[in-house]
Amino acid sequence: MAYLFNTPQEQQEMLASIGAASIEELFEQIPASLRLGRPLDLPPAMGELELTQHLATLAAKNQGPGDKICFLGGGSYDHFIPAAVDALASRGEFYTSYTPYQPEVSQGNLQAMFEYQTLICELTGLDVSNASLYDGGSAIAEAVIMSMNTVRRHDKIVVLGSVHPEYRQILDTYFGPLGTQIVVVPTPNGTVDPAEVAAVVDDQTACVVVQSPNFFGSPEQVQALADIAHAKDALLVQSFDPLSLGVIKRPGDLGADIAVAEGHSLGSPMQYGGPYLGIMACREQFVRRMPGRICGETVDRRGKRCWVLTLQTREQHIRREKATSNICTNQGLFALRASIYLALMGPHGLQDVGELCARKSHYAATQIASQERFELAFSTPFFKEFVVRDLQNDVATVLADASEAGFFAGVALGTWFPELADCFLVTVTEKRTRVEIDGLVKTLALTTNRTTIHA
Amino acid sequence: MDPSQLLYAKTHEWAFVEDQDGGKVATVGISAFAIEALTDLVYLELPKVGSQTTAGQPFGEIESVKAVSDVYAPVTGEVIAVNEELPNKLESLNDDPYAGGWIAKIKITDESGLANLLDQPAYEKQCQEEG
Amino acid sequence: MRNTRSTHLLTELSQPGRRAVVMPKCDVPETPLSELLPADVLADNPPALPELAEPEVVRHYTNLSTLNMSVDTHYYPLGSCTMKYNPKRNERLASLPGIVDLHPYQPEDSLQGMLQLLYELQQFLTEISGLPAISLQPAAGAHGEWTALMSAAAYFRSIGQEQRKLVLSPDSSHGTNPASAQMAGFTAVTVRTVDGAVDMDDLRSKLNDQVAVFMITNPSTLGLFETQMAEIADAVHAAGGLIYLDGANMNAVLGISRPGDVGADMMHYNPHKTFSGPHGGGGPGAGPICVAEKIAPFLPSPIVVKEGDKYRLDYDRPESIGRVRTFFGNVGVLVRAYCYILSYGPDGLKAVSENAVLNANYLLSKIKHFLPVPHGLRCMHEFVASAAKLKQEKGVTAMDIAKRLLDYGFHAPTVYFPLTVPEAMMVEPTETESKEMLDAFVEILFRITEEPAELLHEAPHTTPISRPNEVQAARQPCLRAVCG
Repeated sequence: MAYLFNTPQEQQEMLASIGAASIEELFEQIPASLRLGRPLDLPPAMGELELTQHLATLAAKNQGPGDKICFLGGGSYDHFIPAAVDALASRGEFYTSYTPYQPEVSQGNLQAMFEYQTLICELTGLDVSNASLYDGGSAIAEAVIMSMNTVRRHDKIVVLGSVHPEYRQILDTYFGPLGTQIVVVPTPNGTVDPAEVAAVVDDQTACVVVQSPNFFGSPEQVQALADIAHAKDALLVQSFDPLSLGVIKRPGDLGADIAVAEGHSLGSPMQYGGPYLGIMACREQFVRRMPGRICGETVDRRGKRCWVLTLQTREQHIRREKATSNICTNQGLFALRASIYLALMGPHGLQDVGELCARKSHYAATQIASQERFELAFSTPFFKEFVVRDLQNDVATVLADASEAGFFAGVALGTWFPELADCFLVTVTEKRTRVEIDGLVKTLALTTNRTTIHA
Repeated sequence: MDPSQLLYAKTHEWAFVEDQDGGKVATVGISAFAIEALTDLVYLELPKVGSQTTAGQPFGEIESVKAVSDVYAPVTGEVIAVNEELPNKLESLNDDPYAGGWIAKIKITDESGLANLLDQPAYEKQCQEEG
Repeated sequence: MRNTRSTHLLTELSQPGRRAVVMPKCDVPETPLSELLPADVLADNPPALPELAEPEVVRHYTNLSTLNMSVDTHYYPLGSCTMKYNPKRNERLASLPGIVDLHPYQPEDSLQGMLQLLYELQQFLTEISGLPAISLQPAAGAHGEWTALMSAAAYFRSIGQEQRKLVLSPDSSHGTNPASAQMAGFTAVTVRTVDGAVDMDDLRSKLNDQVAVFMITNPSTLGLFETQMAEIADAVHAAGGLIYLDGANMNAVLGISRPGDVGADMMHYNPHKTFSGPHGGGGPGAGPICVAEKIAPFLPSPIVVKEGDKYRLDYDRPESIGRVRTFFGNVGVLVRAYCYILSYGPDGLKAVSENAVLNANYLLSKIKHFLPVPHGLRCMHEFVASAAKLKQEKGVTAMDIAKRLLDYGFHAPTVYFPLTVPEAMMVEPTETESKEMLDAFVEILFRITEEPAELLHEAPHTTPISRPNEVQAARQPCLRAVCG
């Protein structure tokens, strides 16, 4: 059977050593009334060939960016992944190992963690990074818990309306039932007016949560928001886009205390939403409230430089109910991929990606907005995503027609923002070519004409 | 400080009580016995000056590599000073637990709890029993 | 043969001007960035990342990988972690472009294969658990625990029993249990165990109308099936509470005993353990949860439903606690679990548990003669030996033995957990090891117990580094290159 060793002969030898008559006898400690007593109702076993054919059939029922040109974003992005990332992360020594509980035989993973932390600190301009969290959304929730424990205020947080709606839903789930007041500051013009934030931040506020570039693609005034938070001894939590940092200022340079991000775009595929990479970095004075594993440098008995998991008293396996978080696993494999990606890109590769995203998205925005039917919803600057308004208010048809023509043209916003029911979010990464962008524009133009004719 | 002149909590903190400005002030720390049992200390979280303590309740934390322990206040009162240097000089806890290893000075606001503290012979007896 | 330069850091290898990735020339107008974004937003320079050529990045990480023990290279009997073989076919299938290159906001009609897969996995996992409702969303076991506890809190609010604020768990439980309880707004309370079993008197004395949930790991962290399970469930249910089953040890009971049939109302799986999703050097995992019908309305949204021959995501769940993470879930891990379950089928999954339990009992029968196993003559998929006697006689600790095993090319068992056994060594062989390997392990372990104490205190002797100074690491934390 698939991956088992024991032959019937070996099983008999083993049972003899145990002193049991049968394998069945080994399960005697389970009372008969608690046993299943019938086979599981599951499909019969498949060999590798059948399974491969089955998965190929399922895969063929999906249409991905290989079939349609992808202008989708909103936290998951079609960025380029160099081959070396896949090749290195596919090494069994990395992906079939586990948490480095025995540092003497885990220096590969530990050094990779330490280098990840180093790269994230450089990327964010902050002092300390952990070894990763689950994803960008739950990382925000962890940052809020960390803020609450740091400033010892648990009753109120202030969140910008331009933070990813799913991130805000996660905050509602985590903190709503605990009675925390979550004040959402609306952003009807695409970014927030800092004065409106200043009006609601008070000495009960644990933190201000900002995403920049925000969900609509536009940078917020992070420095001003940080000053507002700090004036009331609250923390500033910024969710950032790692691939924006080749061209725009880093969270640490803008006064952020805790920076978190969805890190999958650093060398990991979209894979329908996960597993992804939760990045978290902070200023040094907050490190003891930080959740998740942290790797540190030390020396071994012979004085050789090496790495270990450290500051473990923060964690659940030691502090139990008093831990900084219940988190146990990290996303080691995806932190590894992010490190390899950043090592391959270097400062200039990262800058190139940022410039390409910015220029291509602006080209696309200009072209789309030049169509009679469409305009940009906001006049705010943006990085790689922008919001398009359909003046005929029929986003569903626009997106469906574009899909039929071979384009995932954007993400409809009406589900989350009723006031933006006539809008969709378009994302342009470095992978999109001028030919593809022109193709999208042409398709949208046809939509315009056809609808006009129908009318 | 002379260990024989100190009072001890069952939770292994020591207190040196003296009269000051018409009230009583306790200098508090952790006993040599407890420091030895904790081994390889790596971190101490001091209480904040101005915070209130209640005898028998935690007012700080001490960590070794793979364990964390509460430090309990031996007296009820207000923290008026802390040994700011100590977290960066944890070896003082081992080398000099009853002088350089002091943690905080607490202005006692309720003296009734003092009667629950042990003198040195009684505390040593307890330590022997704990082994 | 080992490349001793391999432990240089990327920052030390960096040379200004080197680069590995060159992006295509810009094919749209090259407008200066200063015209696209405001000056106060633009960075003066990109972050000072290391500058490297592709060959040295590849050599660096390839050499680093050789400093790890892994399931592919070594026997890895790390108790409670189920370090079984990670099938290569699953890696290939989960990387098919039609599986791995899907955007979470694609239209549902372009995702019918993926939604079918996830729908069928929902069915497989509910069948294996004996509980009818499921959420695939949680990102890890601990996240699943927390999600289920939040759902339980919502359930109690819905029936007007929000006063239930206590979550009980045994003293032998994993630290995530009380930590999850605390994060979900409950107060964690510990219940004693006696000889590895729940102390029923202690449990009963703590049950009242304030108790929301009793969290139990069954089989327990000692590798024992809780024989009082029915009695425990009756007592907790009679007091109006719910039973949460930590499914960390499901590898022992697949197709043999189902959590839903033994009284559990909620449970999580660790697919990276039980269903072979690789451990990835510490993650990713996933933490699907299965629950009883009455908790179902409160599970996170969305779930996959089937209507006719179409699959879609159901967000219309008004009583749901909401979303616990972004997008659908750790789909890559779930795809591997799906492949794993299909590879074995019903008889095969049962054989997995039978062989996992056979291997563990075989090891136990050999090891107990020189390393006492305080709880149980028999075990399930793992057991906890104790080096307490050795420590008393020779001063040799569980840590010493663990470190010496590394010299002989075996990964160490989990040591010092659970906390209820002194000098604990938790051994989980898994079903994907041969009798020859188990025999070799026993022989080496015995040889180590005979070795001089001084040799063991200094072990390991042959690994890339000797024991690291963890006190220094924690006292003066250096958490990134160029520190201090």
